[in-house]
Amino acid sequence: MRSATATLRRWLEARLPLQQAREFVAHKVVPAHRYASIYYLGGMTLFFFAVQVASGILLMLYYRPSAEAAFESVEFMMISVPFGWLMRSVHAWSANLMIFLAFVHLATVYFAKAYRAPRELTWITGCLLLFIVLGFGFSGYLLPWNQLAFFATKVGTDIAGSLPLVGDWLLRFLRGGERVTGGTLSRFYGWHVAILPAVATLLLGVHLLLVQIQGMSVPAGREAEAARRPPLRFVPDFLLRDLFGWAFALAVLVALAALFPWELGEKANPLAPAYRDIRPEWYFMFMFETLKLVPGGEIAGIEYEAFPILLFLLGAGLLVLVPFLDRGAARTGRSPIFTGIGVGVLAYAVALTARGYRSLLPVLVVLASAALIGVLALATRPAARPQR
Amino acid sequence: MDLGPPRRDRRRFLSWLLGGSASALLTYIVYPVLRFVSPPATPEASSHQVEVGLTNDPELQEKGYKVVRFGEEPVIVIRVSSDDLRAFSATCTHLDCIVEYQKDARRIWCNCHNGQYDLMGRVVAGPPPRPLERLRVDLVARETTGPRTIVVSRA
Repeated sequence: MRSATATLRRWLEARLPLQQAREFVAHKVVPAHRYASIYYLGGMTLFFFAVQVASGILLMLYYRPSAEAAFESVEFMMISVPFGWLMRSVHAWSANLMIFLAFVHLATVYFAKAYRAPRELTWITGCLLLFIVLGFGFSGYLLPWNQLAFFATKVGTDIAGSLPLVGDWLLRFLRGGERVTGGTLSRFYGWHVAILPAVATLLLGVHLLLVQIQGMSVPAGREAEAARRPPLRFVPDFLLRDLFGWAFALAVLVALAALFPWELGEKANPLAPAYRDIRPEWYFMFMFETLKLVPGGEIAGIEYEAFPILLFLLGAGLLVLVPFLDRGAARTGRSPIFTGIGVGVLAYAVALTARGYRSLLPVLVVLASAALIGVLALATRPAARPQR
Repeated sequence: MDLGPPRRDRRRFLSWLLGGSASALLTYIVYPVLRFVSPPATPEASSHQVEVGLTNDPELQEKGYKVVRFGEEPVIVIRVSSDDLRAFSATCTHLDCIVEYQKDARRIWCNCHNGQYDLMGRVVAGPPPRPLERLRVDLVARETTGPRTIVVSRA
């Protein structure tokens, strides 16, 4: 047995650069400082992404993408298939947790100015991944073909349709026709299970490769501490913490899925009057709420509604370009203007989300997340004595 | 506080604890997934009786047979003569193909592997291992004259 493993290892050794891989892993370290807790957020997002891939593939075993059968197939899965309700609930909850963690990851990377040279490409691929994840959310929302999803998709695609010049084309492109029909469902299914996963896998590969090549960025102002303290070995020290975090995340996910199963609602009926509290997923809420504030009317043939949408698109574009706009951070590590802008944008998004839900919960969640990172930072021992 | 070198039994206990937790975690993922991928038994078709049509059905008269749904399963109805209609399971007992009736040869024939059955459903040639299940046919007269309704039921 022992010689067989040794033979197999020699055989692989001769064909793969295992020695280099071992060397790389042995020397891979993670800087230690009081804000090191934010290094786990990307991995946590990745964990939920993996859960999404696995649970999504399993859901495909029973799901039927057509207006006639979609709702019934999900209903069948939830009622008749063993653990079907759990599987769907896990997929829905994990999607929301993934998007939440992606936002937290984005915020911490932004405020830590980790986008500074040479990590611009990591930032750009990360932003694109965020947009793709939002696309996953939007397309996946329609798939159960229930009332809420049907009307949310109608409204969501209609918003895209109010854009000048490209609006009409975009609306038809998204819906696969003039209206939200079974054709839209097929289209969204295609995006959700084929196109977006393919692009996401590619971008994720580049994103992770860049992180491996460049290592973790030390936040501005923590360089001295990181230089003083011995870094954490990736294997096993950081990895074990990662694994512990993932086990904890899985426990939270399954508890949420079991205690608060995702509802299915009623089958979509194109003739039913609009839902009372029609609303998008929480991560689109701040945009949806902004549009409510805009009065009807048009100027030079462009609906007023188009302006906030164009502003959001501009904002998304600027977000991608932040590493090139923030020249100060690249030079000195400090850029209070960008920190201010970040706080402002975050406050706006949270305030409008809270307004949309008539609830302070979004504010509490953001404050609690910030407080957690702060408490972990304060609890971190100052590096008085070297470890080990 | 220096605890000295860890004792071997303590290390063994911790390894056992870690391995046990990892196995429990794995079971807790794998078990629901295995249950999920095995499809539930679909309930049996509730109808045990199906109206197939009228005795003057042109397809039946012309080709001498018709394949109809009996719940989830296909059933072949054969018109041997105007008064003699027979029904069999249309699924060949060999490898699940749908059989057809050859009017001239007066035999039930499966195209897939040349299985042949007689008008009682018995195997006369080819690979089928078992005869076709026979179903009951009743001709119900809804009116005093004219065609009657063919009713197939499980005997």
